[in-house]
Amino acid sequence: MSRRVLTMFMIIFVIFLYAPTLLLPIFAFNDSSIISFPLSGFTLNWLKSLGAAEELRKAAGTSLIIASVSSIIATMLGLLATSATVRYQFPGKGFAIGAIMLPMFLPEIIIGVSLLTVVLLAGFKLSIYTIIMGHVLICTPFCIAILRSSFQQLDPSLEEASLDLGESRINTFRRVTLPLIMPGVVSSLLIGFTISLDEFVIAFFLSGTEPTLPVYIWSQLRFPQRIPSVMALGTLLLILSVVLLTLSELLRRRSARRLDQKATSGAL
Amino acid sequence: MIKSAQLDSDARRGLSQISLPLAFSVLLLAAPLAILLAMSFWTQDFLTLDRTFTLANFKETWTSPIYRTLMLRSLKISIIVTVLTVGLAYPAAYYMSFVAPNNRKAMLVFLITIPFWTSYLMRIFLWKVILGFNGVVNGSLIGLGFIDTPLDWISYNQFAVIITLSHAWLPFAVLPIFVVMEKVNRSYLEAAQDLGDTPFQRFRRITLPLSMPGVVAATLIVFIPTIGDYVTPKLVGGPDGLMIANMIEIQFKNANNAPLGAALALSALLLVSSVAGIFVWLNRRYLKAEGAA
Repeated sequence: MSRRVLTMFMIIFVIFLYAPTLLLPIFAFNDSSIISFPLSGFTLNWLKSLGAAEELRKAAGTSLIIASVSSIIATMLGLLATSATVRYQFPGKGFAIGAIMLPMFLPEIIIGVSLLTVVLLAGFKLSIYTIIMGHVLICTPFCIAILRSSFQQLDPSLEEASLDLGESRINTFRRVTLPLIMPGVVSSLLIGFTISLDEFVIAFFLSGTEPTLPVYIWSQLRFPQRIPSVMALGTLLLILSVVLLTLSELLRRRSARRLDQKATSGAL
Repeated sequence: MIKSAQLDSDARRGLSQISLPLAFSVLLLAAPLAILLAMSFWTQDFLTLDRTFTLANFKETWTSPIYRTLMLRSLKISIIVTVLTVGLAYPAAYYMSFVAPNNRKAMLVFLITIPFWTSYLMRIFLWKVILGFNGVVNGSLIGLGFIDTPLDWISYNQFAVIITLSHAWLPFAVLPIFVVMEKVNRSYLEAAQDLGDTPFQRFRRITLPLSMPGVVAATLIVFIPTIGDYVTPKLVGGPDGLMIANMIEIQFKNANNAPLGAALALSALLLVSSVAGIFVWLNRRYLKAEGAA
């Protein structure tokens, strides 16, 4: 009885979660500039209109650079932090983890305005570098959450064997550890990339003359006649994120299988 | 303090590896927060900063009616959103952990995670499309002849803000609760059953207390960041649904009064952190009373 109620609840829950998102592709291909039912017909015009938008292409380029650089730096910092916390005991460990994970629990606006304050006081110019700093800060905790499960499943005796056989620490990491945790690393890169690509609040406060894709979308939302094109753009971004997240999940599962553990722990 | 010479090689290695990420977070988070705090004690006249210490910004934040209204409204909305989100997430996490077959769990986690990481801005905008005066709900109801004039209680108000924010945070609330539930030792439940507990008693005395850490994590992860959201109030809130983050943005961007913006931001953070602290404390007392802590 209660199982059936819970199952029903779960089905409604998932539908509620996805319902708004499903409107995106519907209106992206709807032949009307007004977003409302009933639908009036199928069109590819909104999708085609994106190709002509010069600013959009620039914003997409900026976002790709920021997302790539942020995810690489965040994953490297995440690797160091995870390796240190999973394998070693040292004084101040709790404090260090807390400080590094804190951005996960802070309102993004606080991170945005505090970095903005520093930039303003120091007389720096807002640029893609300031956005990258903010994005690395918020991506790192998620990368750590993913890498942690890879490191926890890693058998330490393999590294010890390599060290006993005379390999240096660097070579052991490169030839033993890294190949074993590679799926986790790629998964962390993909998650970092997705978060940065999608992030708006920090980018809005820290962007100068080069807007990111979400900041560009935000500027378009003010014009009702642009809304269908924004829906088309949103659909493309949605597909991209789903592809990246699916890849990341498949890699995570492969990693879990390779390290002979069950694969239910999820991305968090 | 332990001198570094006395640390064993493991601790030294750990410290050297953590130093870079820690330095990054100190440099880009702790230091900017400290500077934000300093800024909140200064004054700004157009573009010139006066660095004499003053509490004027905090006085204005806590006494001016408009800031107080915004602050209390933001707190109220955050609390409602958190209760709704965690309340709906709990049964979902329960289903995933205790009802769903083992081979479906990973798929469910993935299904729940996807919406959280896809187009935050678009998801909020879609709620404007759904709930607006000419939106999907009103347009469709009028088109189908059920109503003549748009339902105004669903558009551009605090109701719309609460629905939108709850929807945005749901996935994030499910995961921490699920992770903790997965760690609940199933043999306790069997033991309770063998000793004659009803399913409800088992839930109240074992599953609920043991899953509380997940509830606390979900609460903190939703409650604190919600107060800083300014996209949702701006897109779906109307004049009545604006929150403190909108005022912070105005002070930093348009009004050129960063010190007041800093005071508003830090006051909001202090307010939610205190409420969150009280919640964590109450939870400890509950767990102690249940003998689970």
